[in-house]
Amino acid sequence: MAHGGRALFTGLDLTLPAGVFSVLLGSSGVGKTSLLRVIAGLDRPAAGTVAADDGAPLAGRMAWMGQRDLLQPWARVIDNVMLGDRLRGRRPDRDRAVELLRRMGLADRLTALPAELSGGMRQRVALARTLYEDRPVVLMDEPFSALDSVTRARMQDLAAETLHGRTVVLITHDPLEACRLGQEILLMAGDPVRVAGIAVPEGAVPRPADEESVLHAQGVLLRRMLDAAGP
Amino acid sequence: MSMRRIAGRLGRPVGTLCGLGLLWWGIVRLGGVPPYLLPPPGAVGRALWAQRGLLAGAAGTTLLETVLGLLLGTLGGGVLALLMMASAPVRRWMMPLVLLSQAVPVFALAPLLVLWFGFGIASKVVMAVLVIFFPITSSFFDGLRRTPPGWLDLARSMDARPGLVLLRLRLPAALPAFASGLRVAAAIAPLGAVVGEWVGASSGLGFLMQTANTRFETDLMFAALLVLATMTVLLWWGVDRALARMLYWVPDDRSD
Repeated sequence: MAHGGRALFTGLDLTLPAGVFSVLLGSSGVGKTSLLRVIAGLDRPAAGTVAADDGAPLAGRMAWMGQRDLLQPWARVIDNVMLGDRLRGRRPDRDRAVELLRRMGLADRLTALPAELSGGMRQRVALARTLYEDRPVVLMDEPFSALDSVTRARMQDLAAETLHGRTVVLITHDPLEACRLGQEILLMAGDPVRVAGIAVPEGAVPRPADEESVLHAQGVLLRRMLDAAGP
Repeated sequence: MSMRRIAGRLGRPVGTLCGLGLLWWGIVRLGGVPPYLLPPPGAVGRALWAQRGLLAGAAGTTLLETVLGLLLGTLGGGVLALLMMASAPVRRWMMPLVLLSQAVPVFALAPLLVLWFGFGIASKVVMAVLVIFFPITSSFFDGLRRTPPGWLDLARSMDARPGLVLLRLRLPAALPAFASGLRVAAAIAPLGAVVGEWVGASSGLGFLMQTANTRFETDLMFAALLVLATMTVLLWWGVDRALARMLYWVPDDRSD
């Protein structure tokens, strides 16, 4: 896998478990987004393959959520949620979109335009749009990194709750986010980049941010990231 | 809008116009320029009033040609830009033609167009279409090509149909660029119509200017010019406001 003429990773072997919330942690520039894009089929690796256990291709079975909300500024909230069906030429399921927005606490903003919403609300619409796709695999590229800490914590709770049971791969540079959400935590670090499994704190996700084990795991993770980054 | 804001918004252009009029009057008065070269503002004002029926009729013809040219050119340019986006062969074949419509000076084509399409309004409408075709098509096509890549990634992850991506993603995302082209078109479309009238017509502001010019009725010629300028500004302003209203999601900062 190369990016801009520089090889990002070679010989990387990564197995992600099904039905589990996996968090891929790494500092900026380590190649997290590139890796996720390869998994999503948005970019093609120079060498190597992405495969699911059942041998069927991932295309059509995964939903994507990016760092920016990518809402259409001209479309109302409800139409943004149903974007997938509108782009596939299928009949949008309005009831389901309304139900998802209700779960996001946006039942009264169905006909609002994205510009009328706060950053947190916009990201909740984006999460509703991701859930509307109803795919078994959900790939998330730092979806909460642009939010303030309170809004981010709420979004993490909402994501853990609504995505429960799906195969989720979330990438982040935030050790606390990894410790709160990860049922499987993988650290990407080093040169060449290696991926290492990290001991996961006990408890069901979303774990409370003030719990002893979460705080301890976060400290350990940060220490390992610092060591990997070098002096 | 409050009276004060209207006054504030009109104040500056009115001030500029008054200043220009004063300068004009000063040149005529102090420079001793003969009226058949540069008539004083008063004479132009009198011609404007005395020939109001003639001027209104001529302005009506020119406005009709301009609006028809704008409609047809916008429709044609818009459809062509969409086709060029949807199909690579269309893109390869049509791009040189679009460029050519800009490279060949319409002024040189005018006599030919009048020969082909006659002295009526058809040849002027064609002129206006030719003048605006390039800004419309190229701005819209550019807008269609520059869809933010994040949206296209999202669409791919949704297994979107290419036709619907064009219609429901690229097209609305390109509308602000399209609007820029349309604003330019509104400002230059009258030019095409008037050039056509200049070459050969039986009515219209360009025709009026040309006949007034050959008869040394310079005051009438200036009056027609004034009407043309006013019409063009109003047309541009109308198009600009209509677009701002239609593109409700595009930030439109007009604090002044």
